[in-house]
Amino acid sequence: MSAPTHSAHHAPQGFIRKYVFSLDHKVIGIQYYFLGLFSVFIGMGLSLLMRFHMVNPEAKVAWFAKLWPTAAAGGMMTPELYLSLMTMHGTIMVFFVLTTVPQSGFGNYFLPLQIGAEDMAFPVLNMLSFWTTFIALVVMVSAFFVQGGAPLAGWTAYPPLSAAGRITGPGEGMGQTLWILSIAIFCGASLMGAINFIATTVDLRCKGMRLMRMPLTCWTWLVTAILALLGFAVLLAAGLLLILDRTVGTSFFIPGGLMISDQIISNHKGGSPLLWQHLFWFFGHPEVYIAILPGMGVTSHLLSTFARKPVFGYKAMVYAILSIGFLGFLVWGHHMFMSGMNPYSAMAFSVLTMAIGVPSAIKTFNWIGTLWGGKIHFDTAMMFSLGFVSLFVTGGLSGIFLGQPALDLYFHDTYFVVGHFHMIMGVAAIFGMFAGTFYWFPKMFGRMMNETLGKIHFYATFIGVYCIFTPMHFVGMAGNPRRYSDFTNVEYLAALMPVHKFMTHAAYFTAAVQILFLINLFWSLWKGPKAPMNPWNSTSLEWTVSSPPPFDNFGGVHPVVNHGPYEFSVPGAPTDFIMQTDPPSVTSED
Amino acid sequence: MSTHVTTAAAGSLWEGGRSPYLTNSKKFGMWLFIISDALTFSAMLFVYTYSRVSNPNWPTPFHFSPSIVFSSVMTFALLTSSLTMVMAVHAMNRGNRAAAARWLIATMAAGATFVGLHLTEWMNLIHHEHITALGNEWGVPLFGGTFFAITGLHMTHVVIGLIYLGIVCQAVMRGKFKAEDVEVAGLYWHFVDLVWMFVFPLVYLMSAKI
Repeated sequence: MSAPTHSAHHAPQGFIRKYVFSLDHKVIGIQYYFLGLFSVFIGMGLSLLMRFHMVNPEAKVAWFAKLWPTAAAGGMMTPELYLSLMTMHGTIMVFFVLTTVPQSGFGNYFLPLQIGAEDMAFPVLNMLSFWTTFIALVVMVSAFFVQGGAPLAGWTAYPPLSAAGRITGPGEGMGQTLWILSIAIFCGASLMGAINFIATTVDLRCKGMRLMRMPLTCWTWLVTAILALLGFAVLLAAGLLLILDRTVGTSFFIPGGLMISDQIISNHKGGSPLLWQHLFWFFGHPEVYIAILPGMGVTSHLLSTFARKPVFGYKAMVYAILSIGFLGFLVWGHHMFMSGMNPYSAMAFSVLTMAIGVPSAIKTFNWIGTLWGGKIHFDTAMMFSLGFVSLFVTGGLSGIFLGQPALDLYFHDTYFVVGHFHMIMGVAAIFGMFAGTFYWFPKMFGRMMNETLGKIHFYATFIGVYCIFTPMHFVGMAGNPRRYSDFTNVEYLAALMPVHKFMTHAAYFTAAVQILFLINLFWSLWKGPKAPMNPWNSTSLEWTVSSPPPFDNFGGVHPVVNHGPYEFSVPGAPTDFIMQTDPPSVTSED
Repeated sequence: MSTHVTTAAAGSLWEGGRSPYLTNSKKFGMWLFIISDALTFSAMLFVYTYSRVSNPNWPTPFHFSPSIVFSSVMTFALLTSSLTMVMAVHAMNRGNRAAAARWLIATMAAGATFVGLHLTEWMNLIHHEHITALGNEWGVPLFGGTFFAITGLHMTHVVIGLIYLGIVCQAVMRGKFKAEDVEVAGLYWHFVDLVWMFVFPLVYLMSAKI
C-alpha cells in the first residue's frame, strides 16, 4: 500500500543543499528553532534594558552612548529610545519567537513524523517559507541601524503614530517603514507555512491515521495553521495600506485636522485610526492563539505521556481546540473597549470573550483529569508542562477581568495588561517550547539532555517569571500606566518604585538562569548520552524510528496506524503503553 | 496504486493513506491560497465600505463614458477569459495540448486587454478627472485612495496571473505539465475574475454619476 509519494525526494549531497537550502522538513524545523532561539535572546536583552531604565532613569551608561550616539547621548536613555526598545521587544518576541518556534519549528519537524508522512506536502514552499522568515528578521533587526533608529509605535503599530512619519518620533522615519516591510514579508512566509501545514495534515496522513487518532499536537498545529491562513491575510492588507499612507501619502488611517508636536498635519484627511485597530486586531487576537495553541498541544501530549494515562476527554480536547480557534476570530473588539466603541458592541464582544473561557476551562479540567490518579514521572519536560498549566490558569484568570468593559476602562494600558499577556501568551507559550525541547531533543539530535541541570533551570525560571509578572498585576491595579519610560517624578507612582525594583531584579535573575538552558542545550548537542529510540515510552509515530530519524523518516516503510495516540496503562496489555503502530490485537479497545 | 480508491467504502475517505479529496495536494494548496487571498480582498473592501460610510461627502464622479463603458468592456474581457480558461482545461483533459495552448493564449490575450483598458482608464481619471490616490476636487482623498489601492491590488493579481499562465502555456507546449496543473492555474484565474465581480459593482457602478 503506497502512501502519497509526490513529496518524496532523494537525500541531497553537499553542505548547502543539506543544511542551508534544505528541503527536508526536519532540517527546516531545526533552522526555525535556532532562528527563534537567536530572536528570543535579542528580545530578552531588550526587555532587560527596559527594566534597567525603569528603575534607573537617570543612569548614565557609557556603552549606551556608544550603541546609540543620539538616542542615548551622554549615556542616558531617552524616552524615545525606551519606546523603540519596547516596540522591538514586542515585535521580535511575538512574530519571530512565539509564532515561529512552536508552529514552524516543532510543527515542521514533528507534524510529518507524527502523522506518518515522508515530508511536508510542499518541500520547496517549506524552504521558501523559512528563508522568507529569515529575510523578514533581517529587515526587522536592520531597523535598529537606520537613521532615527527603531520604530516606537509598539508591536501593534497604532496610527497616527505609525502613519504620520518622522514628525511623531525619530524612529518613525525609515525605522517604521522597515518594520511594516518586515511584517508584510512575514505575512507571506506565514501564508506559505500555513498552506503547507494544512495540506500536509489533510492529505499525507498514513494509513489508519484518521483524524481522531492524531496526537493533540497535530490538532493544534492544524488549527494554528488555519488561524495563520486567515489572520495574516488581513494583516497583509492593513500593512499594504499603512505603507501607502507612509510612502505615497494616502490617508487611510490619518484623520483631518490632526495636531502633532504643535503642527497641523494638513496633507492628510478623512481617514480613521480606528480602522487600523479593527484590521490589526482581527489578525491580532487569533495571533494570540497562534502563539498559545501549539503549547496546549504539547502540554496535552506530555501530561498524558508522563502520567502514563490517556488524555482525559480526547474528543472534548479536539472540540475545545476547534472552538477556541473559531471564537478567536469573533473577539477582536475586546482590545478596543477604550478606543471609542458603542457600549452594545462592547457587551457583545465581552460576552464572546467570556465564551472562550468555556473551551479553555474544558482544556484545563481535562489536563487535571489526565493527571488524576496517574503514575506521574517528574522529568524536566513534564515539569515544564505542569508549569504551562499553572501559567495558563494564572494568565487566563486575569483575562476574565480584562474582558469586562467596566473593569477594562480602569485596567486598560496599565501594568495589569502587561502582566496578563506576558503570563498567558509570553511565558506560558515559552514553557510549552521548553517542554517541547526537553521532550523532543533526543529525537531531533540523538542525544539526551541533562535532567539535573534541566530541573534547576525549571525551578529557577518558574519562580523567576512569577516574581516578574505577578507584581505587575498589583502595580497595574494601583494605576501604573504601561509604556512610561520614567515615573520617578509622578508622586503616586514613585511609591511603587520598590515593587519595580523587585521586578527588575527578578528579571535579571530569570535572564541569568537561561544560561543554564543554553549550556544544557549546547553541551547535550555534542556530549549528551546517546538517546534510545523511545526514551519516554511514548506512543506516537516519531518514537518508532531511530533518533534522529532517517532522511525519509520511516526508512522506506509505510507505517500503518492501529491505535489512538494515548493508549497508556491499557488493562491486559503487556506494557503500560501501546504504540500507535502496534498490531490491533494488543488491545481490546479501539 | 489505485486499487484502494475503488475498494474503499464511502465513509472512510478520512482514514489516512491518501488524500480525502482524491486529488493531489497542489490543487488543495491553491484552494487554501484562494481562501487566504479572499480575506485580503475582503479586508480591502471592508476598508472601502468603512471609509465610504464615514465620509459624508463621498463623490460619485464616474461618467457613463468613458469610465462605465470602459469598465464594462473590461468586465466582459475578464469574463471571456474565464470561458477560454475553461476551454483550455477541457482541452488538456482530452489530451489535446495544442488546443490547450491556443486557449491559454486566448485567455492571456483577454487578460492583457483587461490590463491595457484598465491602465487607460487610470490615466483618464488621473489626467482628465484629476482623481489621484492623494486627492480630488470633492475633497475626499480616500475616494482615490481606496479606488487605486483596490483596483491596483486586483491588477497586480491579474498581471501575476498573466505571468503564471505564460509559464503554464510554455510548459504545455513543450509537453511538460499535466492536465491537473492547468486546472490549478485555472482556479487562480477564475478567483481573480471572481474578485473583479465584487470590485466592479462596488467601486465602479456605485460611483457612477447619475
